[in-house]
Amino acid sequence: MNEVCFRTRHLPNPASLETYRSIGGYETLKRLVTEKVPAAEIINQVKLSGLRGRGGAGFPTGLKWSFMPRYYDGPKYVICNTDEGEPGTFKDRDIIRYNPHQVIEGMAIAAYAMGARVGYNYIHGEIWAEYLAFERALDEARAAGFLGEHLFGTDFSFDIYAHHGYGAYICGEETALIESIEGKKGQPRFKPPFPASYGLYGRPTNVNNTESYASIPYILQYGGQAFQDLGVPGSGGTKIFSVSGHVEKPGNYEIGMGTPFPKLLELAGGVWKGRKLKAVIPGGSSTAVVPGEIMMQCTMDYDSIAKVGGSSLGAGSVIVMDETTDMVQVLNRLSYFYYEESCGQCTPCREGTGWLWRVVRRIAQGKGRPEDLDLLLDVSNNISGRTICALGDAAATPVISFIKHFRPEFEYYIQHGRSMVTG
Amino acid sequence: MPQIEIDGIPVEVEHGISIIEAADKLGIPIPRFCYHKKLSVAANCRMCLVQVEKFAKPLPACATPVSDGMKIFTRSKAAVEAQKSVMEFLLINHPLDCPICDQGGECDLQDLAVAYGSTKSRYTEEKRVVVNKNIGPLIATDMTRCIQCTRCVRFLKEVGGLMELGMINRTEHAEITAYIGKSVESELSGNIIDLCPVGALTSKPFRYSARGWELERRPAIAPHDGLGSHIEVHVKNGRVMRVVPREKESINECWLSDRDRFSYEGVNSPDRLTKPLLRRGDQWVETDWQSALEFAASRIKDTIARHGPDQIGMLISPHSTMEEGFLLKKIAKGIGCGNIDHRLRRSDYRLDGNFQGTPWLGCNLTDINQLDRILLIGSILRNEHPLLAHRFRCAVKYNEAELSLINPLGQDFLAPVAHKVITSPDGMVEMLLQVLKAVSTLERRLLCLCLPPALTRVMETVEVSETARAIAASLAGYGKTYDLISPRVGVFLGNLAQHHPRYAELYTLAEAIASLNGAVFGVLSETNNRVGLNLARAMPRRGALNARTMLEQPRKTYVLFNVEPEFDCHNGKMAADAMAAAECVIALTSYKSEALRDADVLLPIAPFTETSGTYTSMEGRVQSFAAANRPLGECRPGWKVLRVLGNLLGLEGFDYESSEQVKDEVFEGEAPSKVVWNRLNNNLRVLFDIEIRPPSMKLQRIGDIPLYQTDGTVRRAPSLQAAGKNCIGYVSMNGKDIQSAGLKPGTLVRVSQGGESVELPLRQDDRLASGCARVPLGPSTARLGDLFGEIRVEAIR
Amino acid sequence: MLSAEAIAQIDRELTKYPPEHRQSAVISALRIVQAEQGWLSQENITDVAEYLGIPPIRALEVATFYNMFELKPVGKYKITVCTNISCMLRDCASIVQHLEKRLGITFGETTPDGKFTLREGECMGCCGGAPLFHINNTDMYEFLTPEKVDEILEGLK
Ligand SMILES: Cc1cc2nc3c(=O)[nH]c(=O)nc-3n(C[C@H](O)[C@H](O)[C@H](O)COP(=O)(O)O)c2cc1C
Ligand code: SF4
Ligand code: FES
Repeated sequence: MNEVCFRTRHLPNPASLETYRSIGGYETLKRLVTEKVPAAEIINQVKLSGLRGRGGAGFPTGLKWSFMPRYYDGPKYVICNTDEGEPGTFKDRDIIRYNPHQVIEGMAIAAYAMGARVGYNYIHGEIWAEYLAFERALDEARAAGFLGEHLFGTDFSFDIYAHHGYGAYICGEETALIESIEGKKGQPRFKPPFPASYGLYGRPTNVNNTESYASIPYILQYGGQAFQDLGVPGSGGTKIFSVSGHVEKPGNYEIGMGTPFPKLLELAGGVWKGRKLKAVIPGGSSTAVVPGEIMMQCTMDYDSIAKVGGSSLGAGSVIVMDETTDMVQVLNRLSYFYYEESCGQCTPCREGTGWLWRVVRRIAQGKGRPEDLDLLLDVSNNISGRTICALGDAAATPVISFIKHFRPEFEYYIQHGRSMVTG
Repeated sequence: MPQIEIDGIPVEVEHGISIIEAADKLGIPIPRFCYHKKLSVAANCRMCLVQVEKFAKPLPACATPVSDGMKIFTRSKAAVEAQKSVMEFLLINHPLDCPICDQGGECDLQDLAVAYGSTKSRYTEEKRVVVNKNIGPLIATDMTRCIQCTRCVRFLKEVGGLMELGMINRTEHAEITAYIGKSVESELSGNIIDLCPVGALTSKPFRYSARGWELERRPAIAPHDGLGSHIEVHVKNGRVMRVVPREKESINECWLSDRDRFSYEGVNSPDRLTKPLLRRGDQWVETDWQSALEFAASRIKDTIARHGPDQIGMLISPHSTMEEGFLLKKIAKGIGCGNIDHRLRRSDYRLDGNFQGTPWLGCNLTDINQLDRILLIGSILRNEHPLLAHRFRCAVKYNEAELSLINPLGQDFLAPVAHKVITSPDGMVEMLLQVLKAVSTLERRLLCLCLPPALTRVMETVEVSETARAIAASLAGYGKTYDLISPRVGVFLGNLAQHHPRYAELYTLAEAIASLNGAVFGVLSETNNRVGLNLARAMPRRGALNARTMLEQPRKTYVLFNVEPEFDCHNGKMAADAMAAAECVIALTSYKSEALRDADVLLPIAPFTETSGTYTSMEGRVQSFAAANRPLGECRPGWKVLRVLGNLLGLEGFDYESSEQVKDEVFEGEAPSKVVWNRLNNNLRVLFDIEIRPPSMKLQRIGDIPLYQTDGTVRRAPSLQAAGKNCIGYVSMNGKDIQSAGLKPGTLVRVSQGGESVELPLRQDDRLASGCARVPLGPSTARLGDLFGEIRVEAIR
Repeated sequence: MLSAEAIAQIDRELTKYPPEHRQSAVISALRIVQAEQGWLSQENITDVAEYLGIPPIRALEVATFYNMFELKPVGKYKITVCTNISCMLRDCASIVQHLEKRLGITFGETTPDGKFTLREGECMGCCGGAPLFHINNTDMYEFLTPEKVDEILEGLK
């Protein structure tokens, strides 16, 4: 099987430094640093790999790196985003659990390429064991001379610190995350300026997802093209898909981009209890829901999910729903989530998410009104694109897509005061 | 410069400004709540969304920088739709009870809701209710009305200097609050009332007393510190209801200190004297103006006849107008009396006769922001001139200025201080000597000064400390990471320095240090019109008595112009005794006062809101104003009373018909700016000789003037008194001194000075120089002796 | 007053950040104090702010923003159950019901003996293990069944 981020998962003691070194771990870093490979060349390989940010937005990683100012008098930072809290997403936790050193090496390579001396890994509040595990991995790497001053006897110095979150989904948003490392509330900053020019402590900062960093050592070990070839044009490499919900074997599956969805579903043991597929949220709760039959036509890559599925690949968090699912109740729960997690800073999100949830709840309680669906769509559209960060859009997307694809279920609730599915 | 187009109007704008700034310059209105030109950009209200060509989504005008070729539409369908939707969101949880809201009629939300809101709400759920907060006596809160724009939070952090408010919680439960159980204590706090675009923060003293449209608005000049801030006095039915700032970028920007904002309450105090009063034995009896003035005139004539004019002493409050000072001086001159002074809280007058001109700030207020290196001597700046402190903070924050302070007590400057020296009053002189010596040995000094021989001799014996060397290096432009070749340097003497018993020496040394560094040398104004009264020469004639000697050598008759002797003079005890012993005290005053118990006649004069006149600020800005309100009862503008008194005394040239005529005479018919230009000058004729004194072994009093004890009006403003109650009525010493004196913090101790003693609670304050006891001026301490000097603090047995 | 152990742990966190940015350690510092005290009192928050040299309102902002902080006393064991979508699809409702019945409390409540507090949580980034909860913010239990829940509760003394 072609695995990149989970390369060690099947080996004994996968998280250990020893295991990681057995597959050539840290050799790439050493080569780049000691041979003084120019930053531009590294960034070129990353561009060539077709790697797109695994945190959800899918922004080309090589391009992002090239935005970091090269000649800058003062500290620069690289930050790893392990704050995954998007419902349906649980891949970064497993990367940290099974292969933390690949993240560390990836960050070190990034730091070398962008001229940073310090890195932070922001780890989601609820995964304490993984935070401790990552701290241990850092200690190991330090002790082995892969982090610290004058690595490999060169003038490149780099260290990483783990920063633990404490229960705020919004801190996954990169500028909120930066604010949080600065010791503030996780309230996103308005962009521009982007972190590459004004990031942590006002310094140039690069933020990438854990999986993005974990892909880096492979790319520089085998070349950007090799990584690209694992996937399809426009979506290079492998991707970890976190499959949850109504499947027999929920879990993380790292497969090549472009793999047909039915294949992934099969890997996850198929829809549970032999039931029929009703719908899939393909990229985490912020992406649009896709009806099962359309989803079965999709391949798992950015283009197909967008064009065929009308949704987005997001963080590859595949939430599977079987025929018994009450879509109104699902939306009710999702709307509550965005209401609960709004940072409260900007008006449309602070006021709008509560409004959305209250109307959806009203419908789900059988007290919906005929005008409610139009109201929901209208309020959603009034939030979309008018907020500081993408949480506003993320809150609107489920509402719009659920109503689009499952309108009769909502109308039934409004007319009959109960579910069309569960009665 | 980028060329852009807003609503079809092509303009060229500065590089890097935001769309909202560009539109504001063009006068194109873009609705906003969170944006404020003086605060950081939060972009959280989203009210300013506009359409920009080539962008699918509307962009916030406040946070989007212009770029060349940008086409902006503020009123297009897309823009207005976005703005309307934001307004709808803002209103869903807003009470919408404008008729009972104190902000009603002057509310940004109300105004914009009329323009952008729809009449019917589509939101039918329950509205949010936010628990109200008590953040102190000045600001009323109604937090359910809050729209989370965070202007107040940003103001206190960025301008106030200390984050006293924050937004806690998240989601729609996000709310603005002070820390649990704390109130907002910033001396600039009132500005958040103006900043709040809705009725969440309103003025507590003003609350529910009037509607915006019922008020007459009159421009005026703020009376309590040396800035001369521009204010607007709001009057309803002949009563001042509130004071708000008028924008004046070069003075107060758009801010106002709480003292200048809320002191109007004093003007409305029940203490106001509304009729002339004559003493009959132990009783005050009302009388008419004619009798009162004739009485006053006859007593003055009588004193002259029996004891000579020299036996008269005239003390005028340094808050008086130039016209008042000038006329009182004219009377003094007319009757042949040289004893007149406005420098009531000074104790060291040794430089009199040695000034080349009128001491002033030495630069414009706006220049302060641009300074690179600053030495501030003897100033509790946040109390003395709250908004000037803001300018110094700006210099430190935005211009990376290095600030050095030499003070006998510490006050948190709310900005990084490079070098802080806290030392006894004598230690301050010694430290300046050290700095002077350090400066003169630096290679970079500008010139060689010819120091007086005694000073040169003294300098030889001075040992330069590390700190003094560091201050000198800083002033010379040396820096931690970067040396400035030609730093802009300022050396300033604060109010405390001017009250210092060795002011002459501080002044000389400061001037010498400044000259060696090519620095601006400035003297802050103890009050709003010290410079003006100096220009008007309300000071003793050569050889006559100054404010202190007038009391040390008691006179038979005193004329007091808005003076409460024990509160307003350097030595309250001495002042009170002198009044008690005098044959006659004639007091022109706005207030009845226990401090005027020994007066024989009280003549009611108008406070700053009810008179016209002129103040000259510490930067030499001559500002005249008209009366904002008509005089209360029978009280009269001071200049008119003095005019009649002059006439009754049979003096020539007292036939003014307006205060402008007086002003013309003050400036001898010249343009004020010309007079100011010619007369403001901080240089001494000759540098003063300094003596080195071994530090006194006796405990020294530091008698600073608390924020809300500056003058009679402020002392009568109940809300300010409530806000400042924490700063008076105690004695503090540093921990070591308390211990070595065998005292205990928190207990009552006996504080004695000049034959008086009071019992005060003792506080520990480690930011106080050792060997000193801080006993601020206040009701309980006013009758003690000198603000500085020996004092005893003992346990009560 | 912060305990010596708490200070030692906070100091360790402080080494991660530039010395002029002590505020960066505020989340960890509050976490450390909460782990020690069970919840954050006003005094705790003031102490942390003082130790880091930041305005107390800053620390309060942080303490009220992040969900895992407790500003009121909680039971010895705080059980936070995720009810978000993936857990919902795998019937976390039955786990919640079971807990509620067994402990006799609902979300936000504490048992009278002060032993258990029940909380509803948001997505913990572990959806593959649904249904799940964590105890005292640190110990994660996945693939829960009512029987497994009983077993876990038995183990808590
Ligand atoms: C509300 C919100 C939540 C987010 N949560 C995460 C997250 O948990 N993990 C993550 O890597 N990116 C998250 N992102 C995306 C980040 O802002 C950022 O784009 C990403 O970390 C960049 O890394 P990448 O380019 O490697 O994907 C979130 C964005 C938003 C708007
Ligand atoms: S969109 Fe929501 S989460 Fe994002 S900044 Fe605005 S209020 Fe905060
Ligand atoms: S004024 Fe621009 S977002 Fe508030």
